[in-house]
Amino acid sequence: MTTEVVIKTDKLTKRYGDFIAANEITFEVYSGEIFGFLGANGAGKTTAMKMLCGLSTPSSGDAMIAGFDIYSQTENIKKNIGYMSQKFSLYEDLTVVENINFFGGIYGMSDQNLKLKKDKLIETLGMQKEAKKLVGSLPLGWKQKLAFSVAVLHEPKIVFLDEPTGGVDPVTRRQFWDLIYAASDSGITIFVTTHYMDEAEYCNRITMMVDGFIKALDTPTNLKHQFSATTMDEVFFELARGANRKAD
Amino acid sequence: MRTLKFLLQKEFRQIFRNTMILRMIIAMPIMQLLIMPLAADFEIKNINISVVDHDHSSYSRKLIEKIVVSGYFKLNDYSNSFNQSFQEFQKDNSDLVLEIPQHFERDLMRENSGNLFIAVNAINGTKAAVGSTYLSHIISNFNTDIRLDWLPPQKSNVTPTIEIATRNWYNPFLNYPFFMVPGILVVLVTMVGAYMCALNIVKEKEIGTIEQINVTPIKKFHFILGKLIPFWVIGIIVFTIGLFGVARLVYGIVPVGSLLLMYAFLSVYLIALLGVGLIISTYSETQQQAMSLAFFAMMIFILMSGLFTSIDSMPEWAKWIARCNPVTYFIEVMRMVVLKASGFEDIKKHFLVMSGMAVIFNVWAILNYKKTSS
Repeated sequence: MTTEVVIKTDKLTKRYGDFIAANEITFEVYSGEIFGFLGANGAGKTTAMKMLCGLSTPSSGDAMIAGFDIYSQTENIKKNIGYMSQKFSLYEDLTVVENINFFGGIYGMSDQNLKLKKDKLIETLGMQKEAKKLVGSLPLGWKQKLAFSVAVLHEPKIVFLDEPTGGVDPVTRRQFWDLIYAASDSGITIFVTTHYMDEAEYCNRITMMVDGFIKALDTPTNLKHQFSATTMDEVFFELARGANRKAD
Repeated sequence: MRTLKFLLQKEFRQIFRNTMILRMIIAMPIMQLLIMPLAADFEIKNINISVVDHDHSSYSRKLIEKIVVSGYFKLNDYSNSFNQSFQEFQKDNSDLVLEIPQHFERDLMRENSGNLFIAVNAINGTKAAVGSTYLSHIISNFNTDIRLDWLPPQKSNVTPTIEIATRNWYNPFLNYPFFMVPGILVVLVTMVGAYMCALNIVKEKEIGTIEQINVTPIKKFHFILGKLIPFWVIGIIVFTIGLFGVARLVYGIVPVGSLLLMYAFLSVYLIALLGVGLIISTYSETQQQAMSLAFFAMMIFILMSGLFTSIDSMPEWAKWIARCNPVTYFIEVMRMVVLKASGFEDIKKHFLVMSGMAVIFNVWAILNYKKTSS
């Protein structure tokens, strides 16, 4: 693994009035890493991620994403990242192929490249039969896998995944992580938030957010060691116990 | 340009996949143009009249007969007591009460004068005013008739009268739909354009797909153009169906002015109007909010446009609102071009104002559309 830094934040903060959703978070993510972003509901994960994607302007602090400044170069950032939100974000009234074409197209992929990638994607997901079906008619697990594949279609440097496996069955979750590994192998940095502690174990490094602060940042093995726990669940409980914010 | 191509492809696919929208595009202009001009007709007919006849003479009967055969009045009741008729009046069953006093005929014969009493239900001001005018007119005609009956036809006795000859220009038969249909066509295009465009964008906000768009390097004006062009095309289709389908076939309205001029103005108008839809969408988070906002805007646009009421009779401040209203200009242009064959010179001012509005509304919408929330 190279040590090139692709995400670097310095005291990144987001305030909504008196409420501080993300409080001076500082961390670095290295190229090609699978970086897990953990925390209870309302801990500030989504807020932090939206700032990094350029969807939300920070209140204070600095960050560089893929070498671009988070305030002044958001459009450059957007060319270099992929994003998959909590809400399913493909068009349900378009077919699988139409969705792929649309998102590939607006990222400026050439027709040739797009066709190549599209065929490969459909083959990898085994969706040959579903290619001409409306996305709305697919089961959730398939939709999520498709959404991820579309998010990395334009080969971004970093892909942000906001609870990508929420509501998905264990088998599909496993397949989903295979896709993440494949993307990671091809050099894409993965930034993923999750509630599932078994998924946390799949990450290279993880951070734990509690009440808007970063409470821990290390590899899963080191964290378990540090809290003398056998599973990530125990680490999570140990850290989240001090939380004041009620889950929403 | 390539981005725009993909955006348009997507929008058109989504629109044509939505059968509800397709049905609306076809059915709405036809239904509304068939129904609304018939209801929004200011020609007053069927005025209900109560007659209280204390006289029961041949003259009083002649007068009543004359009123009924005029075609404007419907005899609601005929009684001997004012109180009884007044009750009908209070129940809203009659709009006018005509009281013929006792000895009406005798007074008329002996003293050369008779008194009649008219009470008008003025809740509906227009109906009251028109009704009493008609009635006065009929009574004065009746008066002339009896005078002619009595006077021997002597040349020297002919009273000097002024005859007025009126000629109706542009709409010679005072055909009400000729006046209303062009206006209603404008309302239709307005509704389809502003509503559909606003709701479409807000729907993306609600579902969350707009977030996915906002993390892409799409430019704001690309996104807005991608939303504007499809509804611009739909607006033109709706207008065409209304103009050639319903206005021509059903009402026989053939524009006497230039079609090219009309479509040129429509094009500019739609850009301005879709700008309004876009503005609405940037201020609302849910379709419900967008609906309420659009409804509010539409009410003002339509009521302050001179469609139903004359702008000239509005107070000065209201005229200003009407002047800031894009609908006003298009209705004027439509009436001028369809009925009067006005040319470009006549509507140059309208073109200028509408182009200005198109620029203002769309710049406002683009500035207010935020890819990044603060």
